[in-house]
Amino acid sequence: MTGNGSGERLPPALRTEALEQLLTERGLVDPAAVDRLITQYETNVGPLNGAKVVARAWTDPEYRRRLLDDGTAAIGELGFGGLQTECLVVVENTPTTHNVVVCTLCSCYPWAVLGLPPSWYKDPAYRARMVREPRTVLSEMGLDLGDDVRITVRDSSSEVRWMVLPERPAGTEDMSEEQLVPLVTRDAMVGVAKVEAP
Amino acid sequence: MTAPLDTEGPAAPPRSNGELVFTEPWQSRAFGIAVALHEAGAFAWPRFQASLIERIAAWQAMPGDQPWNYYRHWLGALEDVLAGSGTVLPGEVTERAHRLADRPAGHDHPAGHGHGH
Repeated sequence: MTGNGSGERLPPALRTEALEQLLTERGLVDPAAVDRLITQYETNVGPLNGAKVVARAWTDPEYRRRLLDDGTAAIGELGFGGLQTECLVVVENTPTTHNVVVCTLCSCYPWAVLGLPPSWYKDPAYRARMVREPRTVLSEMGLDLGDDVRITVRDSSSEVRWMVLPERPAGTEDMSEEQLVPLVTRDAMVGVAKVEAP
Repeated sequence: MTAPLDTEGPAAPPRSNGELVFTEPWQSRAFGIAVALHEAGAFAWPRFQASLIERIAAWQAMPGDQPWNYYRHWLGALEDVLAGSGTVLPGEVTERAHRLADRPAGHDHPAGHGHGH
């Protein structure tokens, strides 16, 4: 499947342009629609969606229950969904259990709630090492977890996309849902960081 | 519910820990083309994903001299899917890409078509 001979050596920018031209000429792709999709995913869809989901779950116990029970349906309540979230499973981090997400095979990622994956998520080293030595990798990324914290690595597959519901930080008890949203980071929802109180 | 997304207002901070997802424009095109084709019903997403997994596995089995580049595999997977369905053959892409490579300098002037300057 991968043996395209010398054509593979062409710069990918040229191959992409060639492919888009051919698809456009055949009426299969509309470049303006491609533009709109890129804008959509670059600017409109991002970790902010997930942050809203997390803040809601922190402030509404019923919503939290629904979110942990059926992630796809619960994010749908907030208007999020679509490609790559058909089977979204949300797992909760607690003081004693820590979940971290990886996709060892193809870097799949819940776009609708986290946006497109950062480069480190797609890096072969992250994908391979997080499975083998999560505590070390997390520590290298700035998250030191005590030995009493059990780490579970959630490997995404073509069927399941994982998202982490981080712990609500101490000291935020009086904050409203709206005030909590900006505290929630993408990294916390992947499980490589904790949410910090302001 | 909430309109999707105020990217500059008070709710924006979660994006600020993001980084550029696409490092070169072709990567965003390759991404957008695949999603557009899928949305138009050209292929089921799992089909594309399976190709992507194959591409990445092949690279990992034999990295060779190609540095890691996620979207290169993405593009390869897209080409594989389109070749598999007979929609666009690899040779066609190669031929067109060579032709594009032979364009005179300045071809990508924003005005596009007239090359007379």
